[in-house]
Amino acid sequence: MSKVTTIEEIVGSLESGMTIGIGGWGSRRKPMALVRAICRSPLTDLTIVTYGGPDVGLLCAAGKVRRLVTAFVTMDSIPLEPHFRQARQTGAIELTEYDEGMFMFGLYAAAHRLPFLPTPVGLGSDVLKINPELRTVRSPYEDGTELVAVPALAMDAALVHMNRADARGNAQYLGPDPYMDDLFAKAADRTYVSCERLVDTADFAKEGPPQSLLISRSQVAGVVETPNGAHFTDCAPDHGRDEAFQKLYAKAAGDPDGWAAFRDRFLSGDETAYQDAVRAWREEK
Amino acid sequence: MSEATLTGATRAEVCAVACAELFRGDGEIVAAAVAGFVPMLGSRLARSTFEPDLLTTDGGPSLTADAVPLGAAADVVEGWLPFRDHLWLVLNGRRHVIMGPSQIDRFGNTNISCIGDWARPSRQLLGVRGGPGNTLLNPTSYWVPKHSARVFTEKVDMVSGVGTDRGAHELRAVVTNLAVLDFDTPDRRMRLRSVHPGVTVDDVVAATGFELAVPDGVPETRLPDAEELRIMREVLDPKGLREREVPS
Repeated sequence: MSKVTTIEEIVGSLESGMTIGIGGWGSRRKPMALVRAICRSPLTDLTIVTYGGPDVGLLCAAGKVRRLVTAFVTMDSIPLEPHFRQARQTGAIELTEYDEGMFMFGLYAAAHRLPFLPTPVGLGSDVLKINPELRTVRSPYEDGTELVAVPALAMDAALVHMNRADARGNAQYLGPDPYMDDLFAKAADRTYVSCERLVDTADFAKEGPPQSLLISRSQVAGVVETPNGAHFTDCAPDHGRDEAFQKLYAKAAGDPDGWAAFRDRFLSGDETAYQDAVRAWREEK
Repeated sequence: MSEATLTGATRAEVCAVACAELFRGDGEIVAAAVAGFVPMLGSRLARSTFEPDLLTTDGGPSLTADAVPLGAAADVVEGWLPFRDHLWLVLNGRRHVIMGPSQIDRFGNTNISCIGDWARPSRQLLGVRGGPGNTLLNPTSYWVPKHSARVFTEKVDMVSGVGTDRGAHELRAVVTNLAVLDFDTPDRRMRLRSVHPGVTVDDVVAATGFELAVPDGVPETRLPDAEELRIMREVLDPKGLREREVPS
């Protein structure tokens, strides 16, 4: 059965107040076409769960985020995300901050339908102080070790961007790192996959080995082809990060006038308009 | 390259060798030098000289068969370390990480999360990233390219990496553009181990925002030898990225 759908249908199926997971890592393989669509939707009051990059920045700038659950927000080659910084410094969003490994255990717990997973990580740090609802547990075995119970990072929906997918929602990554995208897919009630290119199931084998088939259709509710849909983040091997555009974005985010001009030029229309505007900008350079 | 240029080591090269020294004796573990060009160069220099069993990456998820030049992709790959396995490795502990703190106190508690009150920071930074886990479970060192009282603070605003008074596994040393510091004191407070050539003890004390343990007679940081200079200049960092991070 085909699960091929559109960006608008995916975003239309989401509701205000939901907890949404976003795959990728920093400024790498982010489902930016879907993020851009959320930005122009009427959705509000979202809890976003992510290893954050410009997905967080765009959603903050559009006023979509009530609470962010993360270990960091970075654009890698540009260490700090300007819109995220502004949202934190003006108190516009709530934050639940975890260590990277704690965050992964939260995904593992949700994916395995466990209420929590134990880890020593967090002990001694201020993560426990700023997140006072975090509980500790003691090992029931002879070691009796005190551990932090990382609660399951359950999500209503997860969004991931992959290199290839078929119409039924099986999805393949061809870059050097799967990030945690399959864990997001398993941890969420439903997952939407955007991809660089839809292929026939028989063609997966031409693209990569079986272990590159990261996400199973059994976890996927909808799939949409969005060529260059991770732009401007990295999506190796299809394309690298658009460093020049990322710089343009970061600079524009620095002041209200700059951001208004960037938004008018690139974010005022749909995804096709965005890709056209990026193409025109590149030709101008 | 002439003999004359081989002799005078730059400050960046002294720092890179100090970073390489951090890995001495580490053996077959992953050197995760994530804090900048100089520590990355140091880890690869250690591997190219006195710690040949170290595992190093190309900056991405590839473990490389040899120490590769800064910025170069791996020629031969000997292993795969995607982020999820890197996080596994943190718990497993066979890893020595060099991080870059935005603030560090006398016990080596560090902050990369935010400046000011966490609930409403005056400056939001990265977030805690892997700091809590790294410091609790892995040998950890720090690299500070600009030693100042803004970084070396009485108190850090948000403890993301735990110090010697909060259960750190092992804080080995802090290398800066001025000096090498460690925690080799009875109460595990930070101490000045050595000053780089051209730097005085007073310079370091003035650039540190808390009281530093200063032993009688602080030695000078070891200079690179000719072979180390050759490897840095001709093999591992021919583009001189280290000099951008620490101008002489």
